[in-house]
Amino acid sequence: MTAVQDTKVIISIKNLNKEYVSSDGKVVRALQNINLDIHEGEFVSLIGPSGCGKSTLLRLIADLIPPTNGQLTINGHSAHEARENREYGFVFQSATLYDWRTVLKNVQLPLEVMRYSRKERDKRAHEMLKLVELSDFADHYPWQLSGGMQQRVSIARALAFEPNLLLMDEPFGALDEMTRERLNNELLEIWGKIPSMTVIFVTHNISEAVYLSSRVVVMSPRPGRISQVVNIDLPRPRGPETLDSDQYFHLISQVRHLLREVHD
Amino acid sequence: MSTVPDSQLSTPAPSKFRLAFQEFLDGSGGTVLYFVVIVLCLMGGWEGAKWLGQETDYRLELGSVKISLNITRDLNMPHLKDIAEALSKPSQRQGPPLIEILVEKASYTLRLAIIGFTIGTIIGLALAILFAHSRLLERGLMPYVVASQTVPILALAPMVIIWSENLFGSREIGMPMITAYLAFFPVTIYTLRGLSDVPPTALELMKSYAATRREILWKLRFPNAVPYIFTALKITAPASVVGTIIAELPTGIQDGLGGAIINFAQYYVSGPSRLWATNFVTAMAGILFFVTVAVTEWLVVRWKRPSNRLDRWIDTFLKNLGRVVPLLRD
Ligand SMILES: Nc1ncnc2c1ncn2[C@@H]1O[C@H](COP(=O)(O)OP(=O)(O)O)[C@@H](O)[C@H]1O
Ligand SMILES: [Mg+2]
Repeated sequence: MTAVQDTKVIISIKNLNKEYVSSDGKVVRALQNINLDIHEGEFVSLIGPSGCGKSTLLRLIADLIPPTNGQLTINGHSAHEARENREYGFVFQSATLYDWRTVLKNVQLPLEVMRYSRKERDKRAHEMLKLVELSDFADHYPWQLSGGMQQRVSIARALAFEPNLLLMDEPFGALDEMTRERLNNELLEIWGKIPSMTVIFVTHNISEAVYLSSRVVVMSPRPGRISQVVNIDLPRPRGPETLDSDQYFHLISQVRHLLREVHD
Repeated sequence: MSTVPDSQLSTPAPSKFRLAFQEFLDGSGGTVLYFVVIVLCLMGGWEGAKWLGQETDYRLELGSVKISLNITRDLNMPHLKDIAEALSKPSQRQGPPLIEILVEKASYTLRLAIIGFTIGTIIGLALAILFAHSRLLERGLMPYVVASQTVPILALAPMVIIWSENLFGSREIGMPMITAYLAFFPVTIYTLRGLSDVPPTALELMKSYAATRREILWKLRFPNAVPYIFTALKITAPASVVGTIIAELPTGIQDGLGGAIINFAQYYVSGPSRLWATNFVTAMAGILFFVTVAVTEWLVVRWKRPSNRLDRWIDTFLKNLGRVVPLLRD
């Protein structure tokens, strides 16, 4: 089951494999024969039990680790080139803010590395903080923020240099349900504003995956594989009425059944 | 206005004075008070031991070994009053009071200690950054860095002083070298630790920006190492004072605390208080250096939640100071 889309393919993955070799020589097959195309403007969630290779797949796309073999292209070139060109922003499960930088300076970090002018850095960082509604906390240090606020800063940081691709590895996994719901809506709003922005979102929360995504990729463990891809045709923009719709419940139970199969 | 439950009416509310006192104790006033109490206890302990020791002559016999526990004689432990008196009196006829001389000598020693400390810190940082950048260099050179610290500084000092005299025609130049030799090691070890003790995701973040090694060093590894560096500096600051004193000994220079210690040690029997007074001033010099580093750390490492007692102490102390004299922060 693949989505038929007429937009251009941003990420193309063909027969991708990843094996980890631990220090004692043991080989872990983390991903086996992954095939997936992701189109421009899509919101794709990767869901599956822990250890099924979701993070591995995201890290391969980000070129943070090398594949064992297979093909992976981003915007038509290699993942390595995509990283060198700063084509994606990455959001980790832990906000990974630098303790010694204020909120504003944390958002400016990528802009400093990418040699933006001071003026541009200030302008963009303030814009981004406004986007995540943290303007009042620009001068705070990370330890002075709650977990949810920290994660919003890290999203602002990932978006500061306007990448067209956002890679998120369980960004809201450590947050409480209320905060998660708020951040989900904030994320959808940001994504909705930039039609060309593609998001790949790792989660193990079924309702979150369904609520956010245009497609949910269900993965199975040992070795990590894609077992199903579910199209989520819930109307957009999504909001409170989405959460009450029958279609939403139906899709959640569909994904839940797929995951249950995968767990056995 | 809220109503007060009956049960609370029976117990009187704490008085204003008590509340104010509690606030005083919780703030830096408490720390000062505890400090004063501890000093008083130590002083009381010292004088108490002397008082007890004077009355009885304790002896311990272990077979043929006879140990006299009578160490509290005035020669071993002068009265605190005598030490204070020695400080206020001239040590030579017509001279200024001893305290004045000692403070002058302490400032000489401190000056050299700071120079040595600074050189040591720079060398320590440079080595750490070098090692962090090259595993090969670290593996090759680290054993020598460690070995350098097993050479007793007491044996090294006379040689360095002679080299310094032959090379530069000055014995003084060798002294900070000896201090630096002592001071660089903890800085190297701690900095190296701080440079490499970086969370893996913090590194991956930099990698995702395609940052260069240099950017990773200055934007991630080095700032991460700063608290570690201050830990090292808090070790090396007082050690630098001791190192400088040891370096003074073979020079024969009389301007510093080293000369005073040797001098008063020679005349110990005729005036033990003066050596004790010198030790006291030496300790103060070391503490002053330490506190300077600690306050600098507090000023520089502003991003951390104040975690240890010393941090909190400086925090509340400077805040209270700021109430009186509007300065520093906020
Ligand atoms: N650096 C590594 N070295 C060895 N094995 C690893 C490493 N990282 C992940 N793995 C293994 O690969 C599999 C997939 O891991 P991961 O991608 O983190 O799963 P997920 O994110 O879905 O929980 C797991 O079995 C995990 O133990
Ligand atoms: Mg994971």
